[in-house]
Amino acid sequence: METLRLSGVHKSYGVGTPVELEVLHGIDLVLERGEFTALVGPSGSGKTTLLNLIGLLDRPNAGRLFIEGQETGGLGEEDITRLRGRSIGFVFQYHYLLPAFTALENVMMPILAARGRPDDEMRATAATLLDRVGLTPWRDSKATEISGGQQQRVAIARALAMNPALVLADEPSGNLDTASADGVFDVLREINETSRTTFLIVTHDPRLAQRCDRIVELVDGRIVSDRPNAHVLRSSSG
Amino acid sequence: MKRFAFFELIVAFRFMREGLMQTLLIILGVGLGGGVIVFMSALLSGLQANVVRRTLNYQAPIRILPPDQVARPLRAVEGAEIAAQVQPRSQRLRSIDQWQKIRDQIERTPDVVAVTPVVAGPGFALRGDASKSVTITGIEPESYFRVIALDEKIVAGRHDIGPLDIVIGTELAKDLGANVGDKFRLATAVGANATLTVIGLFDFGNKGANERNVYVALRSAQNLLDLVGGASAIEVKVRDPFAAETIAQTIRGGTDLQVESWIVTNAQFFTAMRAQILTNTLIRLFVGLTVALGIASVLVVSVIQKQKEIGILRAMGASRGQVLRVFLIQGGAVALAGSVLGSALAWTFLLAWRELARNPDGTLMFIVEIEPSLFAIAMVTATLVGILAAATPARRAARLDPVVAIRS
Repeated sequence: METLRLSGVHKSYGVGTPVELEVLHGIDLVLERGEFTALVGPSGSGKTTLLNLIGLLDRPNAGRLFIEGQETGGLGEEDITRLRGRSIGFVFQYHYLLPAFTALENVMMPILAARGRPDDEMRATAATLLDRVGLTPWRDSKATEISGGQQQRVAIARALAMNPALVLADEPSGNLDTASADGVFDVLREINETSRTTFLIVTHDPRLAQRCDRIVELVDGRIVSDRPNAHVLRSSSG
Repeated sequence: MKRFAFFELIVAFRFMREGLMQTLLIILGVGLGGGVIVFMSALLSGLQANVVRRTLNYQAPIRILPPDQVARPLRAVEGAEIAAQVQPRSQRLRSIDQWQKIRDQIERTPDVVAVTPVVAGPGFALRGDASKSVTITGIEPESYFRVIALDEKIVAGRHDIGPLDIVIGTELAKDLGANVGDKFRLATAVGANATLTVIGLFDFGNKGANERNVYVALRSAQNLLDLVGGASAIEVKVRDPFAAETIAQTIRGGTDLQVESWIVTNAQFFTAMRAQILTNTLIRLFVGLTVALGIASVLVVSVIQKQKEIGILRAMGASRGQVLRVFLIQGGAVALAGSVLGSALAWTFLLAWRELARNPDGTLMFIVEIEPSLFAIAMVTATLVGILAAATPARRAARLDPVVAIRS
């Protein structure tokens, strides 16, 4: 079952101006449910732009984009927001937790935005997710009171709060030391294997890319390689 | 109810708590501005009410007088000489023709509360060597007290005026050396005079009125002023004193009588009051604008500071409407909190004013009523102003592109 389908997606900036710049040149990509895919490529190759398009934070200039079989091209602003909230989770390079809220409240936030008011069920869901990323003891700590690796784990739990079909991670371990980065990757992998959540992970780190099932390489806005990883490293210890 | 803005409330209040110093400073700013507005409003309405009350203590809102006597030029007749200049006639004290009928007619006019006939004219109060010029007003106590609350202004003695009784002001009593129970003579230009007993002293809070006005029974005044059976004026009380001129015009339309409202006879006072209201309104408007701009500028800064948070909220599914409401709630909340503080400050200032603002003789300069409704109006208005002031920064936050916001 397809979680994501991109068909001939183009993205340009400064359209109609002398400095028009095409960043993505006809991207075709399909992610099946439960795939754990790395998106690699040099800086400026269009990885983040592609992630923003897939995450419905931006719109393509041409081409079609389907999330769980639903074409997104004709959707209005409110429908896009609803679909993004329901089907897509984000993990950014920097955690972007809301500093005014505790770890538990940060995880609850996407559900609260969708439902409008807090309830016991969303509290329980958030607590379970924090437990899953090993942060139960820090559930009532403010985002500023925990370490970088812990903050990124809270961000992962938050990305999973709405039980999304697809999680987009933009260099999720880029700001972390090796041990913390491995820990974060272990969590992502564990969730993928137990929940069959589809992951698309942008990384510069070949070591971490080797831990993914599939590696897609983007160069100058084009997919130059899309191959299954024959030698997947299942954990940081090898 | 399910979609009630709990999410927006929670996020708004957390954002405000996060920037606590900023929030407290703007609440303080709104409080000071709001306090000035509430204090000035209470002071102005107190001052106006006081002046109006004092004026209407001894002056009816509408006074009806007989028409002026006019000199008519002779009709042109062929072969006759016509005077080129017509001299105006001197006005003698006259009664209103058919005053009982007119009184009954006016009583039926909408918004008229009470009507009373009076006979008023000049006279002299004579006691021993003292002689004072006075205005004699003959009244029917029962109906007169419904128009002018003279009975409430009695500071000594009583007010049930009989044929040989007189009620005088405290100043005149001092000038004549008279007190309750003393007698003195009242004389008029028509040669009539009467010896009357002082049964009460009044204090209108106006030196001129206390010095000049004397009240006797209607029949006594009719005899003294040679208007037997007549009434030189009809005085009218209306429901809303500020509508007096409109009602006066209605009455005037049906007769050839002179109908004067207190608004016209006190035109200078009303001009001064209008100027005062205008000045006060301008001051309150500018203070209100300053407060609104203060709220708007703090929220503009807050939107810039929280761009990333806004971006991440949008990325996790918060709609533009939700983000908009987060900032509108902040604007309304700081304005409401500020107005509560401002109301408390204004309340304190008003209590202090009551204690400190006194005349040299120790009496209150004027009574300022502390109306709870004024505070309620101030709070509702401030909240609406806060929400309006927040509209621009809130729209800016809602329109933020999540990609740009997160990247910023």
